[in-house]
Order: sequence, then C-alpha cells, then structure tokens
Amino acid sequence: MKVVLRNPRREIELTGVKRVGDLFRRLDLVSESYLPIRAGELCTIEDAVDDEDVIELRPVISGG
Amino acid sequence: MKCRVCRQRAVIQVKRHHANFCKDHFIEHIHRQVAKTIDEYKMFDAADRLLLGVSGGKDSLALWNILNELGYAVDGVYLHLGIGDYSSESLNLSTNFAEARGLKLQVSDLPAEFGFSVPEAAAASRRAPCSACGLSKRYILNQIADELSYDVLVMGHNLDDEAATLFSNVLRWNAEYLARQRPVLPATNEGFARKVKPLIRVAERETAAYAVLQGIDYEVDECPMAAGNTINRYKEWLNRLEEDSPGVKAGFLFGFLERGVEHFPNADRPTLDSCRFCGQPTTSDVCAFCRLQAVTLRA
Repeated sequence: MKVVLRNPRREIELTGVKRVGDLFRRLDLVSESYLPIRAGELCTIEDAVDDEDVIELRPVISGG
Repeated sequence: MKCRVCRQRAVIQVKRHHANFCKDHFIEHIHRQVAKTIDEYKMFDAADRLLLGVSGGKDSLALWNILNELGYAVDGVYLHLGIGDYSSESLNLSTNFAEARGLKLQVSDLPAEFGFSVPEAAAASRRAPCSACGLSKRYILNQIADELSYDVLVMGHNLDDEAATLFSNVLRWNAEYLARQRPVLPATNEGFARKVKPLIRVAERETAAYAVLQGIDYEVDECPMAAGNTINRYKEWLNRLEEDSPGVKAGFLFGFLERGVEHFPNADRPTLDSCRFCGQPTTSDVCAFCRLQAVTLRA
C-alpha cells in the first residue's frame, strides 16, 4: 500500500498491513494526531486495508 | 465499527465519549458540543456582532461553518502575515470559503498596512516566529474589533490548543497567564474586546474530521515558520497520553477551569494605559506591537 504523509509531503510503500490501526503501529505514529483518509473518505482504526490502497495520514496538529 | 446513534458504518471514533459516529451524527455531535459551550459560558447571543479570526486552517473555517449552521451571523477577518506562498494560499482558501457561503471576510495585510512581515519581525526582534505572529494577530484583531464596533471577538482555539497552553503555563507556573486562561475574557474599559473560544470542547482531530466531512478546503500543511514550535510538541505528547488514557486532555483542561482557575484571580493585573503611538491598551508607554514594528522597520 501507498501511505501519504505530510510536513514534509512524502510517500512510503508498505505491504502486509491488515487494518488502519496496524498502520499506525508499524509507523510508530499516534492515531490521535492523524486522520486516516482513503479515496477522500475518513477511515477508523478498525477498517480493513490491503496492499492496493492509498491511505493519507493527514496530520491534525497545527498552530502554536 | 457502527455509529452509536444509527448503527450505520462509523467514520470516526471519539474514544473520550465512548462513541463512534457516522458522518451525519458526528456533525450533529460537533454542533451540539459547540452550542453547549456557547450556552454554558454565556459567550454571546444572536443579537451580538461577532468577528471571527480566520486563518484558512481547519479550526477557524470549521468554526465559521458551525456558527453559520447554528444560525449566528459572524463576519471573518483574515490577517495576511507575509509568510510567502503559505499566506497567499491561506488567504485564497479563506476567501473561497467565505464567497461560497456568502459570508463577509475582511482582510488585513500586515506588510501593506504596517510595513513588515512576520518573518522580518522575528528576525529583527529575535523573537520566535510564533511569538511575533501571535503578538501581531492579537493586536490587529483587537484593533479591528474595536474600530468596527464588534461586540465579541471569536477565536478558533480548540481543546488541544487550550490543553497544550495550560500544560505550558503549568510547567512554568505562569500565574499571570493561568489567570487569563478562560473560555471567555470579558471586554475591558481600556479597549480590549470580549474574547471567546467556542471550540474548547472539540479536539483538534475532530475539527479536522469535521472539515473533511463538510467538504471544507483548508490549509493542511503546517506554517513553515512553526517548525519546532514548543506548543506543537506538547500537543504530540498530550496525544500520546490521550491514546493510553482517553479523556485525559479534556479532564486536564476542564478540571482546571472548574477547580483550578479560581486560584489564579486576575486581581494583580496591572493598570492599563493607552499606547503613545496607536492608542491601544498597554501596560507601558508604548505597546508591544508598536515596539515590534519600530524594531523591525529600523533593521
């Protein structure tokens, strides 16, 4: 699967990820700090994913 | 995962409320949280003239949309801070949002009206960029609210903003700032506008989700000047705690508002005078913004 990250914008490839929650664990990211988006739709951590998916992990922390 | 209300497919989980929501019921939930906050803290009513600080980011645009849908008439003000393409893009997003909904957006341009940008001010004054930015925003928003006779200045600070700021102020036991960390700051005779924060019950992740679900096009990329910002680092730490203990951020903030803030009365607040140059309220002869402007224009 392709994972789109921001700040800076970059893409990484992962295989064998079964659920959105596993994605956060694999990347050691805090799910509270991101919105997982697939094809323009929000996903929950329990949603199933496969190697063909493109998932954006959109950061939500901003300001200062 | 099913929606708590209708049992349709959920699109978001809100662990601190032990709830999952579909799109429609999440939007309803957010509207209810904001309406409850406005009501509980008596922030404003339908007769008040409201001015919202708009940045083009998720919080201010989501809040404008929420208040509009709750039936409040709110005008917006965007501050162009002169941060290159980031400011231009944010202005476009704010303008597009307002035009699509027939809302009134006023634009104030820091470089054009005051002769300097935030990056220039940060370099000349050796302040952190976010400090020069915050000072400029507070000054100009208050000035516009005062000049155009708005009753209330509405800010898009969310639960995470307030919890991280509280964390920062507690780490330093900054009693003066803790005394002012309230959902409503009343207007003062010296010229400070009434300031309110209707999003304090809504987490940052939830304002972002609301914006995505409502099709609001907002500035997703972080401000290039905010790299390494301390408050953002505190937010990340608090989110790690939140993941382990859902509700910890809300408990921290609302525990302080219910039981802590009363121990930090505003009684020792210094008497305010008018700035010799601009007439805005200040504790000294010349206000911090005019001093920042002078230092930057001299550089």
